[in-house]
Amino acid sequence: MKIEALDIRKYFGPVRANDGITLTVEPGSIHGLLGENGAGKTTLMKILTGFISADGGETRLDGRPVRFASPAESIRHGIGMLHQEPLDFPPLKVLDNLLLAFEDRLIPGRQQVRRVLEELCRRFNFSIDPDARVNTLTVGERQQLEILRLLALGAEVIILDEPTTGISAPQKVLLFATLRRLAKEEGKSVIFVSHKLEEVEELCDRVTVLRQGKVTGHIEAPFRAEQLVQLMFGQSLLRSDRSRVPLGEPALELQDVTVQTYRLTVSHMSLAVRAGEVIGLAGLEGSGQRLMLRACAGLQRPSSGRVRLQGDDFTRRSYRDFLAAGVAYLPAGRIEEGLIRGLTLTEHYVLTQRGHQPLFIDWVGAAEGMQHKIAEFNIRGQSGTPVEALSGGNQQRALLSLLPPVLKVLAMEHPTRGLDIESAMWVWEQLLERRKSGTAILFISADLDELMEHSDRIIVFSGGVMASPIDAAATSIEELGYLIGGVRDNS
Amino acid sequence: MDSILLIRTLASIVRGATPLIFAGIGETITEKAGVINLSLDGTILLSAMVAFAVTYTTGSVILGFIAAMLVGALMALIVAFGSITLRQDQVAIGFVLTLLGAEMSSFLGNPFVRLKGPSVPHLPIPYLADIPIIGPIFFNHNLVVYLGYALIIFSWFYIFKTQPGLKLQGIGERPEAAFARGSNVNLMRYVYTALGGALVGFAGASYSLSIKLGWSHRHTAGNGWIALAIVIFGGWHPFRVAFGAYLFGSLKSLSSIFQRVAPGIPSQFFNGAPFALMIIVLLLVSSGWLDRLLIRLPVRLRRLVHDALLGAPPGGLGRVFVKE
Ligand SMILES: Nc1ncnc2c1ncn2[C@@H]1O[C@H](COP(=O)(O)OP(=O)(O)OP(=O)(O)O)[C@@H](O)[C@H]1O
Ligand SMILES: [Mg+2]
Repeated sequence: MKIEALDIRKYFGPVRANDGITLTVEPGSIHGLLGENGAGKTTLMKILTGFISADGGETRLDGRPVRFASPAESIRHGIGMLHQEPLDFPPLKVLDNLLLAFEDRLIPGRQQVRRVLEELCRRFNFSIDPDARVNTLTVGERQQLEILRLLALGAEVIILDEPTTGISAPQKVLLFATLRRLAKEEGKSVIFVSHKLEEVEELCDRVTVLRQGKVTGHIEAPFRAEQLVQLMFGQSLLRSDRSRVPLGEPALELQDVTVQTYRLTVSHMSLAVRAGEVIGLAGLEGSGQRLMLRACAGLQRPSSGRVRLQGDDFTRRSYRDFLAAGVAYLPAGRIEEGLIRGLTLTEHYVLTQRGHQPLFIDWVGAAEGMQHKIAEFNIRGQSGTPVEALSGGNQQRALLSLLPPVLKVLAMEHPTRGLDIESAMWVWEQLLERRKSGTAILFISADLDELMEHSDRIIVFSGGVMASPIDAAATSIEELGYLIGGVRDNS
Repeated sequence: MDSILLIRTLASIVRGATPLIFAGIGETITEKAGVINLSLDGTILLSAMVAFAVTYTTGSVILGFIAAMLVGALMALIVAFGSITLRQDQVAIGFVLTLLGAEMSSFLGNPFVRLKGPSVPHLPIPYLADIPIIGPIFFNHNLVVYLGYALIIFSWFYIFKTQPGLKLQGIGERPEAAFARGSNVNLMRYVYTALGGALVGFAGASYSLSIKLGWSHRHTAGNGWIALAIVIFGGWHPFRVAFGAYLFGSLKSLSSIFQRVAPGIPSQFFNGAPFALMIIVLLLVSSGWLDRLLIRLPVRLRRLVHDALLGAPPGGLGRVFVKE
């Protein structure tokens, strides 16, 4: 199905999220939509699928103008969307999730839906247990489930909003194979939203670049990376070389630490992280790296072993003590754990001020302080913007801007997930700058390049086992991929 | 205690738990849709009073129940309108309605205090009531108690096994996702809030017309809060809600037995004990304690025990859904 967007406009107050966007997607092709954080990609896709209504412009399907009042209506016309966060029902079972989508009988035909699911899984080489609860699946599997749901509903146009954030390398390979097959063999139109150049180069036939709500170019494959970067950011980017800093005393030590939850046990972890050192934690989601990181930050009590900060025993101390000792934790779920839905940036600023605070809040000062951070961290939003109205990348910037200035240990889950290259580079510059004042950094990432580029040492987790740290300089991406997945990746 | 007395006690627990089952499951349905109706205590008082008043005036028990259900649905609709349409805080609205319901029941119910009126007739189920032990405990009651059994099973089946039930879970769990799948989230929330409220109203009527006959000031006070606690205890699952209602009933009759055994202790202690015990049980099932307990279990059992004991509230509970 051919889908056309003509002069789409959408304003959020003063923000021109979409400012006259025109775009055509041909059937049988994979169309990339590239743009920096806050460029308006998600907004455009939500307009195409009836999630939000445009302030102006028109959508056409095979030449006929259409207007969708809801996403359900758009899927009836064959346009389906995979959201940045899988839009499913985590506590329900896989089968129920699927049933919810398209059965209209009183007692659902479970057997029939199970057959449809199994059939689709076979067709695309997915393996999803129909009886598992969705919250036990990985993000990659939830995504696969969403794709299957859209296909089961007869989608002809499939929109994927940053589908590769949060999935493992093998899952990404499978996803790309699936998308190619959908476009090339089944004649579907695929819109692939991303800000990762390599992915777009690898996958797409054509790409549209957005910047600040406007189209800056339509380009056919093959692409030149510099050209895409130029269109995305209006300038070319310089990679800065990584400087070395001298390592100091151990800032954080784990001594034979065991952490247990009812799902997973990670035992006998020993590690010393020195001031100024960067440790990357790798592994498939749920392999124990998160538990370890939380134990380091005092968010998870070890069931045995010792946690030391600067030589002092912190094993049974509270998270507050950890905070006071200069430990900070940046969670992956930005809006769930990191920020507070409904509060503005200024209010967040007030909340994160440490030390003795006056009883009455100095709102003017706080707004100024936040304004400062907004400028410094280049956040697209106002100090009065509620955090949930920020784009994904800007939420991450906001989180980073709220970290205390001096830290001993910084523990982060996916510090640049969802950030465009420019922002990611910039964030790492800020983070690595902190090493100079002796901050030890531990971070989880699913991005092998990121792990290789920024870590001094890398620790691979698999199935609750922590391997001994390897020197990042002495390993390769291939080696790392092998250690994580247990299979050598030949692509 | 001899066996006849034991059976009689068990039977009275089963009967006494009935209103809590209606109210608890009603609230479960409402909360499954993502709305908190906190007005239960006031609603039960008002509907109990109205049920008795209507039945006393018209002589018809059925009319009494219908009137009570209307009262319950109406109170719930106020919560729905305030929270869904006016986007005000659900908890605050519920709380105000609790007070309003209680005061109105006292004020309007004044002429009906301590009168004798019609009640739901006793109705042993033929054959079933003759089964030893089981029969007298479960099948020697009236229609209201049997309807309670039916509600437990039917609501479970509806919520977990039917298409509309799945959609109900969907709108409460993640309204955005349900909307994307074509549900009319806010309309359905209205419907289920009203339905849940009607069941709470039924609970009120079952007090004044079946379990605790007649009307007096603050006749059923406190039971609404217990029903709300039972919903949490029950992990938003009808079977566990029913279990919670029976558990509370058992605690109550235990305390009255102890009261007889130890007359020296002030009766207030025993009256309050079930409430305190309920709090302890609630703490046990909803805190980190459970996680620590689970670690000690064999791996195969963990998942099972976890699912059986820990119920998470619907993800979208208390959150207003607004289409962007
Ligand atoms: N509901 C909303 N209310 C106010 N502003 C909004 C809302 N949704 C989006 N915006 C603003 O519109 C702009 C575009 O946002 P959008 O989410 O489309 O960006 P994006 O290209 O998807 O970025 P990212 O790569 O970070 O996901 C941003 O500046 C964002 O702050
Ligand atoms: Mg986006």
